[in-house]
Amino acid sequence: MTVVQDPTAPITVPSAPDQAAIARRERLRFLRRSPTFLIGCALVGIWVICAIFGNLIAPHDPEFPDVLNKLVGPSGEHIFGTDRLGRDVLSRVIVGARSVLVIAPIATLLGTVLGTAIGLVTGYYRGLVDEATMRVVDAVLAIPLIITSLLAVVALGPSRVTLILVIGFVFAPIIAKTVRAAVLGEAQLEYVEAARLRNERGLYVMFAEILPNVMGPVIVEFTVRLGYAIFTIATLSFLGFGADPSIPDWGQDISQHYQFISGDVWWPVLFPSLAIATLIVGINLVADAIAQSFER
Amino acid sequence: MGRFLLKRLGLATITLFLLTVIVFFGSQVLPGDVARRILGPFADQRAVDALNHQLGTDRPLLTQYWDWVSHFFRGDLGTSLSYHAPVSDLVGNALVHSLKLAAFAFVLVVPLAVLGGVVAALKRDRPTDRIITLGGLSLTVVPEFVTGIMLILIFGLWLDVLPVSANAPDGSSVLTQMRYLVLPALTLVILLFGYIARITRAGTIEALDADYTRTAVLKGLPRRTVIFRHVLRNSLLPTIAVVATQTGYLIGGLVVIETLFNYPGMGRLIFTAANQKDFPLLASAVLIVGIGFLLATLLADIAYSLLNPRIRYAAAE
Repeated sequence: MTVVQDPTAPITVPSAPDQAAIARRERLRFLRRSPTFLIGCALVGIWVICAIFGNLIAPHDPEFPDVLNKLVGPSGEHIFGTDRLGRDVLSRVIVGARSVLVIAPIATLLGTVLGTAIGLVTGYYRGLVDEATMRVVDAVLAIPLIITSLLAVVALGPSRVTLILVIGFVFAPIIAKTVRAAVLGEAQLEYVEAARLRNERGLYVMFAEILPNVMGPVIVEFTVRLGYAIFTIATLSFLGFGADPSIPDWGQDISQHYQFISGDVWWPVLFPSLAIATLIVGINLVADAIAQSFER
Repeated sequence: MGRFLLKRLGLATITLFLLTVIVFFGSQVLPGDVARRILGPFADQRAVDALNHQLGTDRPLLTQYWDWVSHFFRGDLGTSLSYHAPVSDLVGNALVHSLKLAAFAFVLVVPLAVLGGVVAALKRDRPTDRIITLGGLSLTVVPEFVTGIMLILIFGLWLDVLPVSANAPDGSSVLTQMRYLVLPALTLVILLFGYIARITRAGTIEALDADYTRTAVLKGLPRRTVIFRHVLRNSLLPTIAVVATQTGYLIGGLVVIETLFNYPGMGRLIFTAANQKDFPLLASAVLIVGIGFLLATLLADIAYSLLNPRIRYAAAE
């Protein structure tokens, strides 16, 4: 490889890490002082703890059916009441955090990695590859996320792997669109031109030069999409297409007790609903704060 | 303008073609053996073969695709396996119901959310703004079935002021019908409010920061005149056009809301088709939703470019 002496390179390269480090410290300082971020972290933190230590925290066995005490309202013994099989609702809510908090992050990570790669390639090379990819992206986005997922889960049969693959593959084009826009902005800048003049290969320029500079949008996309992944997984399991009918799951518990609402039985429905709402709102508060920290 | 329209139409046609391929792939290729998926793992192989033959899923993929697409665009959407009725009849009925619900929700949410967005923009970074933005965001991101259940619990059960089902008794007046639609519509309103308010806020802030607004202020015009004549005029119409491109969000929401409230629209039709593994119905219904979305996007794009010549010229280059 020939090294072309570029007069701008020695000036920009050493100063860049310092600036990046300062910017990162600034962002962390902003986040530590942001009430939005702290409240979001607290909400998510509670559910992460439940997902990891659920079986230790839960006051009862979430699967144990107490047939003599079916659909009993909240009391000292069962703070959130019991469900149609006499199982403790509080324990099921606590343990139910696990299924969604395992699938959603993996699916989102898959989508983010795929989407970032597609966005980098299309934004950097542009031209025909870009045009073709963007048309496919538009076509995928023409079908609402929940309907695409429904279609795929029906076609492949519901399972954890199906959910992860489906959500990952549907998120990829959405994330690709955002990353591509960011890359288009970066590709005009001098450091990219400098790398090209140094005869660096395309892969190196994309992943070693451009990628670190578009990490902001990528991180923001990841947090926002994580919220949507939980949204989609909860909705699918509410519709009866959950990952695994045998383990406690919020959406599934709601759909199985929804019919009892007219009989004034609200507790097996309200508490899992609140669980989903607090988890998703928490993640979105975190996402909003992170987005703000990058915008400043 | 002609060139812009042509380019937009050309792109939409390509996207439409890809859309048909994706839907075909999802409903006819992905399941592998379609009849096996429908009949289950324990069905007799002869029954599976017979059903595959009846569905035409034993033919080459290209033939199947062409057959399905060419019939679809001639208006023959196939026959539903679970309802034993033409898909076009089912879809026609369901579309009317869904449009009724969506229109009701839109009439409520657009003025409300636009007002919220404008107020937030005018009070930028102050507590009012944070409450509207974060409150709206929080409501938007919660799944529809959770919001819907909360509304049912509050208004249907505890306050007991609104009906829980979306279906009014046969032959009831328009007003009664609307009363039954309040809860499902409100669920949609909550879903869409944060999103529309957010876009309105961004558009208004952009107009507030524009040079023409500064000129108007420096000219000494009263604040009210500046906001109505200069800011809102420039921010609202494009904002609404952008909102129209997001109808997919709305239709996605309908799947869950219609299932929750047992309302016979497109969403519940798709859900039923998915549940019954009714692939012909599922494929046609999903394709129609996709086409509806493409049309809405196309119209919004054209409307937006009519309102904003800069986009038109940039795109035609």
